[in-house]
Amino acid sequence: MTVQTPNGFTLDTAGKRVVVDPVTRIEGHMRCEVNVNDQNVITNAVSTGTMWRGLEVILKGRDPRDAWAFVQRICGVCTGTHALTSVRAVEDALGITIPENANSIRNIMQLCLQVHDHLVHFYHLHALDWVNPVNALKADPNATSQLQQQVSPSHPKSSPGYFRDVQNRLKAFVESGQLGPFKNGYWTNPAYLLPPEADLMAVTHYLEALDFQKDIMKIRTVFGGKDPHPNWIVGGVPCAINIDGVGSVGAINMERLNLVSSIINDSITFVNNVYIPDIVAIGSLYKGWLYGGGLSSQAVLAYGDIPDKANDYTAANLMMPHGAIINGNLKEVHEVDLRDPEQIQEFVPHSWYAYADEKKGLHPWDGVTQPNYQLGPNLVGSRTNIQQIDEGGKYSWIKAPRWKGHAMEVGPLSRYIIGYAKGHTEITDQIKGLLGQLNAPVEALFSTLGRTAARALEAQWAAYKMRYFMDKMIANLKAGDSSTANTTNWRPETWPKEAKGVGFTEAPRGALAHWIKIKDMKIDNYQCVVPTTWNGSPRDNEGNIGAFEAALMNTRMERPEEPVEILRTLHSFDPCLACSTHVMSEDGQELTDVRVR
Amino acid sequence: MRETFYDVMRRQGISRRSFLKFCSLTAASLGLGPEFAPTIAHAMETKPRLPVLWLHGLECTCCSESFIRSAHPLVKDVVLSMLSLDYDDTIMASAGGAAEAIVTEIVEKYKGNYILAVEGNPPLNEDGMFCIIGGKPFVEQLRYAASNAKAIVSWGSCASWGCVQAARPNPTRATPVHQVITDKPIIKVPGCPPIAEVMTAVITYILTFEKFPELDRQGRPKMFYSQRIHDKCYRRPHFDAGQFVESWDDEGARKGYCLYKMGCKGPTTYNACSTVRWNGGISFPIQSGHGCIGCSEDGFWDKGGFYDRLTDIHQFGIEANADQVGKAAVGVVGAAVAAHAAVTALKRARDAGDKS
Repeated sequence: MTVQTPNGFTLDTAGKRVVVDPVTRIEGHMRCEVNVNDQNVITNAVSTGTMWRGLEVILKGRDPRDAWAFVQRICGVCTGTHALTSVRAVEDALGITIPENANSIRNIMQLCLQVHDHLVHFYHLHALDWVNPVNALKADPNATSQLQQQVSPSHPKSSPGYFRDVQNRLKAFVESGQLGPFKNGYWTNPAYLLPPEADLMAVTHYLEALDFQKDIMKIRTVFGGKDPHPNWIVGGVPCAINIDGVGSVGAINMERLNLVSSIINDSITFVNNVYIPDIVAIGSLYKGWLYGGGLSSQAVLAYGDIPDKANDYTAANLMMPHGAIINGNLKEVHEVDLRDPEQIQEFVPHSWYAYADEKKGLHPWDGVTQPNYQLGPNLVGSRTNIQQIDEGGKYSWIKAPRWKGHAMEVGPLSRYIIGYAKGHTEITDQIKGLLGQLNAPVEALFSTLGRTAARALEAQWAAYKMRYFMDKMIANLKAGDSSTANTTNWRPETWPKEAKGVGFTEAPRGALAHWIKIKDMKIDNYQCVVPTTWNGSPRDNEGNIGAFEAALMNTRMERPEEPVEILRTLHSFDPCLACSTHVMSEDGQELTDVRVR
Repeated sequence: MRETFYDVMRRQGISRRSFLKFCSLTAASLGLGPEFAPTIAHAMETKPRLPVLWLHGLECTCCSESFIRSAHPLVKDVVLSMLSLDYDDTIMASAGGAAEAIVTEIVEKYKGNYILAVEGNPPLNEDGMFCIIGGKPFVEQLRYAASNAKAIVSWGSCASWGCVQAARPNPTRATPVHQVITDKPIIKVPGCPPIAEVMTAVITYILTFEKFPELDRQGRPKMFYSQRIHDKCYRRPHFDAGQFVESWDDEGARKGYCLYKMGCKGPTTYNACSTVRWNGGISFPIQSGHGCIGCSEDGFWDKGGFYDRLTDIHQFGIEANADQVGKAAVGVVGAAVAAHAAVTALKRARDAGDKS
């Protein structure tokens, strides 16, 4: 049976059903089912979030100043971005401003996350979709060395001996018969296109990146005390700055600033010498594989982030792009208002939640969520043994958020498309530079590879912007301002009886916002709409499919029983399921009363 | 025939000399004397890499993220040379049925000779379907993977205690591993997340000495969890001297005074943060100006606000657990602070008297 979705996709469930559960190399748990026709082309795609934790009900009644620590635990991969979003939401509700230094430090921490998360995503979660480590055993180390020097002349680790050592280590590992994380990979699948030398170079960088990534986060450890899950406070940052006074050894001092500064430099170097050249090298060999565009060419959304000046969250002051593009019209970028009840709404007809009226969507400030685990009539299996899900019924722990009714894609590619459409100079230059190197048209952006490339460009941009905010903070310190916190409204007695606010960031995976209602000094309602809720969204009332589902459509698979292509496209979004599926609010019902068995 | 750790290292072109150096560094990182280096060398020369199944339940993946930040040993060396990480859905190449088949293979083939590492916990409400793996409740995968395991490592506060999803009112009935698996030795490595080098040291210790480290009565390794943050905190002298941060970014904050009055839970938290520190020894929460939130303690989410002082016993209220030791410690700390404050006040008065 063929169905036409309002957002332009033709779904056909006639062909063979392929199930991938668990989808691995993501944060959290998800399931994916597709139908393929006799040409092995995907004609229907179903994305299911398979976990739910209920954090917002846990937040009810707690101190709003503590909320950041709870919501930070939504995700330990994009660690900190939920915490930053939370303190911004509380500050918005209570009218608290933060000092310039706090803004710079928060930005450095958030940019640091972008660099780390994008790098780890590409090498350790995504690379094995493009790179075949077993094939790397066939490489000639001399030729690999030449390739390395050609794609990245500045990278010092390029000798034939270096690559021979890595190859020997890999060989011993493979021959031991204990393949560890590479076990049962799809290493004979013709979807892998790289020559052995490129595979060896990429596997080598997999290991180099694994060594280097731990250093990047030391920046956040300096300011936040630990990572994952550094510390934050409402009103600023907890780390005091004392450059030359009594006790400066116990605060952010010159040694700490030097440490941060040197890691920023190393990060810029690594991204420039390794990450970007690898994207160009791999991209040039896969540039014929232009599947996976999905919603990116028609509906993308970003809230913006990285305020240049403190406390100004308007688009003009945000260094990451803000706006929405719909109907594929790049000539018009719409303003997005997170407070407008008609703009962002969440729907649940295909999600495992109940609304009083499931025909309507709800704005997050008025959000209601009641778990309702029910399966459609065409389920194959049982409620605790799902063999084939029925997408005609409820089928995911993820809600369906919509912007003015549109299913939207979020993430680095969305940000870069919006930045490009708005004429953001740095972004436009980066995109043109990369497309020039690949000799590819702008349309190539709207693809799985485009998503992967935009993430790399953003990591590069973020690394340089860390330097910008470091310099800005030093200048501010030189001018005599070393303040890091505003404690005027720290004490709850100073708060109004009722308040509500919204905070937003651009998380590594896309637009993220938290909505809070405060009553009698406690959290009355807390709602998060997170990037993977947008991207991993199930169908809505109108039948619009979400970004994951759309991106999988019309992809040809080499071997349907080996889901390399499905993983490739899903991973290009960097799914974060713990983020997307915790969403929960209620109107005073204690869930435990309903659900305890 | 499986290779030993030493075979693998030699095949990688690592000399015997470098290998022995590695062993002494490992001994040092475990807090052992140089006399233990030969023991470690012997162990690594004779043992094949131990298979590990690393399962993920309800969690946020912060434990995995912490693990990959280990400075010594590097996680690259752990994964390539020390153990055989055959299943870990966060990093494994395969997916779906091909991934699930690995669990079956290891459980059947390595009976009693693999380690089960668990990150996160199983929810028991909704027939376990708040966390679904392969179309079935995660708790089923957990029970099956545990069935033939030699031992279980509960990574982090989720697996050890329940952590954030188990905070009041625990809507999914998220349940720590030891309450579901009751017939296997379990080592708890709590923290949200645990310190990277603590995680790799626990693994290295098990591989080297072929046994669990000594555990306390709650199942935590004594080598990292037997002393409180407060016991070894470098700001402790300021606590003893009655010098406290009173407000964010005040004079005391800039001078690195004690964060006790800002709600620091260091006095009741058993962990290695103030000694091992974080991310290769760079810092730890107190050093960066924020109090400890007690993230390695059972039920830390429900023990009052993070900025409430521990002396305020009422904060523990009805949510207090059965850990009377913790309560007693709180009482002692409260008394100690009062005493210190009194001593400090007396001293100040005397100093003032001297000056006049």
